[in-house]
Amino acid sequence: MVKLMEIPEEEFIYPGTRACAGCSMALIYRIALKALGPKTIITVPASCLTVLHGMQGFCTTKVSVLHTPFATTGASASGIVASLEDKGLANDVNVVAFAGDGGTVDIGIQSLSGAVERGTNFIYACYDNEAYMNTGVQRSGSTPLGAYSTTTPNGKTGYKKNMPKILEAHGIPYVATAISSYPLDLYEKFKNAMKINGPKYIHILAPCPPGWGYNPKDSIEIGRLAVQTGFWPLYEVIEGKFELSKDSSKYLDPQKRKPIIEYLNTQKRFKSISNEDIERHQSYIEDHWKQIQKRIENE
Amino acid sequence: MTITEKKSEISDKKIKILTGNHAAAHALRQVKVGVIAAYPITPQSPVVEKIAEFISEGKLKARFVKVESEHSALAVCCAASATGSRVGTATSSHGLMYMYELLPWASGNRLPIIINLATRATGAPWSVWTDHQDFITIRDVGWIQMFCMDNQEIYDTNIQAFKIAEDSRVFLPAIVAYDGYILSHTMMPVSIENQEDIDNFLPPLEHHYNLSDVSVVKGIDPVTTPHLRDRGSEGIAPGYFEYRYAMQKALENSIEIIMNVHDEFSEKFGRSYGNGIYKTYLTEDADVLIFAMGSVASQARNIISKLRKDGLKVGLVSLKLFRPFPALQLRKLFNDTKLVVVFDRDIGYGYEGVLSYELKAALYGLKQSPFIKGFIVGLGGRDVTDQHIIQGVTKAIKESEKGIISHETDFIGLKLENLGDYDEADYFKGG
Repeated sequence: MVKLMEIPEEEFIYPGTRACAGCSMALIYRIALKALGPKTIITVPASCLTVLHGMQGFCTTKVSVLHTPFATTGASASGIVASLEDKGLANDVNVVAFAGDGGTVDIGIQSLSGAVERGTNFIYACYDNEAYMNTGVQRSGSTPLGAYSTTTPNGKTGYKKNMPKILEAHGIPYVATAISSYPLDLYEKFKNAMKINGPKYIHILAPCPPGWGYNPKDSIEIGRLAVQTGFWPLYEVIEGKFELSKDSSKYLDPQKRKPIIEYLNTQKRFKSISNEDIERHQSYIEDHWKQIQKRIENE
Repeated sequence: MTITEKKSEISDKKIKILTGNHAAAHALRQVKVGVIAAYPITPQSPVVEKIAEFISEGKLKARFVKVESEHSALAVCCAASATGSRVGTATSSHGLMYMYELLPWASGNRLPIIINLATRATGAPWSVWTDHQDFITIRDVGWIQMFCMDNQEIYDTNIQAFKIAEDSRVFLPAIVAYDGYILSHTMMPVSIENQEDIDNFLPPLEHHYNLSDVSVVKGIDPVTTPHLRDRGSEGIAPGYFEYRYAMQKALENSIEIIMNVHDEFSEKFGRSYGNGIYKTYLTEDADVLIFAMGSVASQARNIISKLRKDGLKVGLVSLKLFRPFPALQLRKLFNDTKLVVVFDRDIGYGYEGVLSYELKAALYGLKQSPFIKGFIVGLGGRDVTDQHIIQGVTKAIKESEKGIISHETDFIGLKLENLGDYDEADYFKGG
């Protein structure tokens, strides 16, 4: 794995952005841009990242950003790539779509599916804070079971959509999961994606202090618990080959995994979760890891 | 060197027998679009099929993004244009309406994208046949909107549209419309010009955006405020209000540029379309002027000589430029007119035919404002016949003599009487 000292010192986000205190998305974006470097064009739909990018008249980053309507992220990236190909510059520039979970798993799923099905050479990064946080914490297809949101006052009744699996089903050459709490792993995944020609998808869990209901200082700790409880396994699927990431590998052993309640207890959004839903969470995790175990054995 | 080779070296100008859709495709080929993104829809599909053929034969070096929806088609076009490429596409009806969100995005972003629109009625109920409802429905999104009456005009207008849209004083997207099936699928002779002449007429795009140059960092379209933004040493940034003001003024000022580009084209290629914003036919001595667009105007032109033989001095004004609406020019044109009969193949639902009320508004306050009578014709592909035009003109003359002013819509060509004992309750549900 990459060493801390190997991560470039250069920052690509100017200080003083409008992101909330303790925002994991800002951290994810910071690490990702360090990996991507200056020859990068970003496209962003309506999302918390729009807020980070601030108001007209400024560019918050050292790379160009094209803002685009909510549903169009995949198409917008396709348009940038097509134009670069038209100009013979496609091999010189990274085209990266950066969208939230609502913009990815809900309203943007069609244009994303189209873009990857067409084999577009780009990276799509979904930072997943598990609800429509920018508009005031409404549930999304990525909100987990039992979580409070302003549109699920009694807790969400269904499960979180498994978006990485949906992308994998498109047969694309690179799918990965990551989280802000393991920045070296996150950095390396962007680097790995950059080496591959074709559509790349990285789904990054992004703990959100105001949306999840916790103290901003705890963002890293809560993200670690998501991995340590097995709720958020870190892995890569390169050309169809599954590989559990180093930071998640020991949780293949069920004994090493912390009980999910330790994760849920850190966040006010799960304050009223029923015991039944806690059990459903736990058994979902056990099932998920059994599938992972099976994949590893088969490969 | 064989004769054919020599010929192609000197001139590749030729007359081809083409459908309206293929005339549009040839224009897109010759303006050398860099990126096309399109989704199939009847009756537009042959445009993009032909483009795909040009690309596979190596006649066009564009990137063709075969998107999964029209919404994505225009999103791809917007992003590719902002990255600095010349961009075009084509659609119809529901496709255009599915693009709706991106239409003001493209104009607000000042992206010179060209859409070819084979017009078609909008559902429900389903209809694949022409009327102008799709074209009319997007009148408030800030696009230049032009309507064509024959296949040569589709080809010529496309080439002019790129030049207009890419003018640094304009930088706005444009729609080139033509009636679905009536032109889109009908073959006519079309002069296809020398590539070199087209290249000379339309210089390479010099875009105000060019994301492909990564050495220049741009943040395109972040959130604006209601107010100006003081950026300290970088000066003051406009608010939303100033951006939209600039867009509206660019539209208003584009009328003159549209006329100039038309004149330049006409001088170079020997074909003209009135003054580039409307065409007149036998208007000089006319007592009655018909005002219409596209297929309806063509139909009216057919019958004018007959009406004149019957002693009615009728002329025709066919509108080419619908947005920006050339109010000033139309005020001058209709200044001495007594009666204007407007035929709309569309409705501003809940009010009148759109051309009719746009003209009324444009002529507001004229000292001798003409009597304006509007009719709704040909929705959903119902044939507009000579008889319908005669019926309208005759009725309008009668009403103008009596001075009957009504805002109630008047339909010509309905066949309610033929429905017999059809249950009205079902009829009104459209089922």
